[in-house]
Amino acid sequence: MMFDLIALTLIQKALLAATLLGVMCGVLGTFVVVRRISLVGDAVSHSILPGIVLGFVVSSALGMNRNPWVIFTFATLVGLLSMLTVRQILATTRLKNDAALGIVLSGFFGIGLFLKRSLRPYMESAGGLNDFLFGNLATIAEADLKAIFIVAILIVITVSLLLRPFILISFDVLFAKTLGYPVKLLNLVFYSLLTVTIVVSVQAVGVVLVSAMLIIPASSAFLLTDRKYHMMWIAMGFGAFSGLGGCLIANSFDDVNVPNGATMTLTAAGIFLISYFYAPNHGILAKWSKQRKLERVVRNENALKQLYKSLGDDAALEKSVTLSEFASMNRFSEKEALSRLQSLVKHEYLTVSGKLYKLTSSGLTRAMQLVRNHRLWELYLTNQADYPSDHVHDDAELIEHVLDEATVKQIEAELGFPSEDPHGQPIPKPQPSREHA
Amino acid sequence: MSTALETHDLTVTYDKKPVLYGIDLEIPQGQLVGIIGPNGAGKSTFIKSVMGVLPVTGGWVKVFGEPLAKNITRVGYVPQRGSVDWDFPVTVMDVALQGTYGKLGMFRRVGKKERKIASEALDKVGMLDYAKRQIGNLSGGQQQRVFLARAIAQDCDLYFMDEPFVGVDAATESAIITLLQEMRAKGKTVVVVHHDLQTAPEYFDMLMLLNMRLVAFGPTSEVFTKEILQKTYGGKLTILSEIATEAAKNDLTKTHSKTP
Repeated sequence: MMFDLIALTLIQKALLAATLLGVMCGVLGTFVVVRRISLVGDAVSHSILPGIVLGFVVSSALGMNRNPWVIFTFATLVGLLSMLTVRQILATTRLKNDAALGIVLSGFFGIGLFLKRSLRPYMESAGGLNDFLFGNLATIAEADLKAIFIVAILIVITVSLLLRPFILISFDVLFAKTLGYPVKLLNLVFYSLLTVTIVVSVQAVGVVLVSAMLIIPASSAFLLTDRKYHMMWIAMGFGAFSGLGGCLIANSFDDVNVPNGATMTLTAAGIFLISYFYAPNHGILAKWSKQRKLERVVRNENALKQLYKSLGDDAALEKSVTLSEFASMNRFSEKEALSRLQSLVKHEYLTVSGKLYKLTSSGLTRAMQLVRNHRLWELYLTNQADYPSDHVHDDAELIEHVLDEATVKQIEAELGFPSEDPHGQPIPKPQPSREHA
Repeated sequence: MSTALETHDLTVTYDKKPVLYGIDLEIPQGQLVGIIGPNGAGKSTFIKSVMGVLPVTGGWVKVFGEPLAKNITRVGYVPQRGSVDWDFPVTVMDVALQGTYGKLGMFRRVGKKERKIASEALDKVGMLDYAKRQIGNLSGGQQQRVFLARAIAQDCDLYFMDEPFVGVDAATESAIITLLQEMRAKGKTVVVVHHDLQTAPEYFDMLMLLNMRLVAFGPTSEVFTKEILQKTYGGKLTILSEIATEAAKNDLTKTHSKTP
């Protein structure tokens, strides 16, 4: 080993194990999330119980008390067997994925609970067997830590070697097959890595919460980025942080025995909540503020349009309005009118001198664009989409704010560059000025 | 003219339901071939089984005179747009690069050469400006163009495309057809599952009319006739389909082979 594990205190061992588990779960969790097989983690973690019990029995029979390698091997084999059982059920019955997973999860877990009791006489000591059910890092043994360390290295190396094919079969398995990639073999390797990861994680966080460590850090990462590679690094970091942080929190309670699994899961969930709200593109707040911004734009632009119409289309640049005139033409309160006007001045659609507000040329252009967009869209709906002409106004009222110039050109071309809308109103031809978002 | 694709007595069952019976076919090189037929006629199934994605129950497939495995890098596949998850965290460039994976193999790293191939392919379909975008932020037509860029990056001699014209805008449709004609001009063979009877005679040199069995195959001018179309679209082969499903359910073939 690279360093002397004996020199580590119990707590340091626990922290190291938790961090390694977080990394492993983060790496494989990203695939679990993008492949939409999140339930598989739960199914495997429950299904391996018979394997763990058998591992204890065989360890005892070989004269070793609780050998991690024996336990990992049996648990992994049983985990793979459970996945094969799911496949077999799907291939030979009309049952679908959820039912098949449910049957296997509970069936294997039931067998495990039964064996745990009935095989008790054949185990030298069942100490630590309950740790696999509920998770416990505080008593992690030297040999366990070594095993986790080696498995973690193995997984990171295998995934980095097979990263490109793994991503391809997750994204487009049909295409991967037509390239001649050995999809079945790749899937077998993937599910084996996943099972091994679950097996070594179970003793830390327990059967029930292991899928949380797989799914939550990866899901948080998915909300933060659109690149698979970045997603993996972020998920690894979140996983490690959840493991380490959760372990530290659990250890900070001196008098009560707080389970590691719970605190690790809660740390991961805390990170998820943060990215749920604050993720720059896919977060709730980002979506909310985008929506608010659009609402503001619509309110401002509607006021601008109103102003342009009431000033009279041609000489709009020459004339000006006062606050109270503007308020009455829009049926605004003075307060509302003032904030609208100030906002339009800020966008350089208006200038203000004393009490008089005047349109700027970019304000005029934008107003004409809006009116044009509105009338064009009405015409498009009436002529091309066969809408009755009295049904088109409300739709155009919204669309006018979001039509971009490229689409406008397309519509104009399709309609043969019309000059009047379905209600006989002229369609203005604004001079292009600066771009408006 | 040499043969791009040859099938003999190709029979496919899918989910225990037989879909294709005894397809005998020889597609010469350098042709644009359209596959048309009603829903459930087995059009997608045909190209999937030829590409080795679906298991073949009987008969054989040869590509350029040899089994598919020998010439797999010469054959490209463009799946239906709906067959992948467009929320998947990959960019337009990542998908175009997948076209180079076949020749690259599983382990070699993507290098400058591959990036250049993918960029050129994206440029060809007018999607280079979108290279860094996540694929979900694209319109249907743009998504289809990305799939085509991936196919161009594959640089194959024979392509199978599953409904590339579905859900795309008029500009994309004409861009795709120009591209297919360019491919043909280079001597490539393109086989396209098509759903629109109006454009079929205009787009394709040869047509394959499919309805669970091959109704007709030949130059468009010869097979795009009222009589053949009626035969293709005139109802599914209900009895054939039901009997065959029943036979598959009861594993008649097994019983048969066990009979001395």
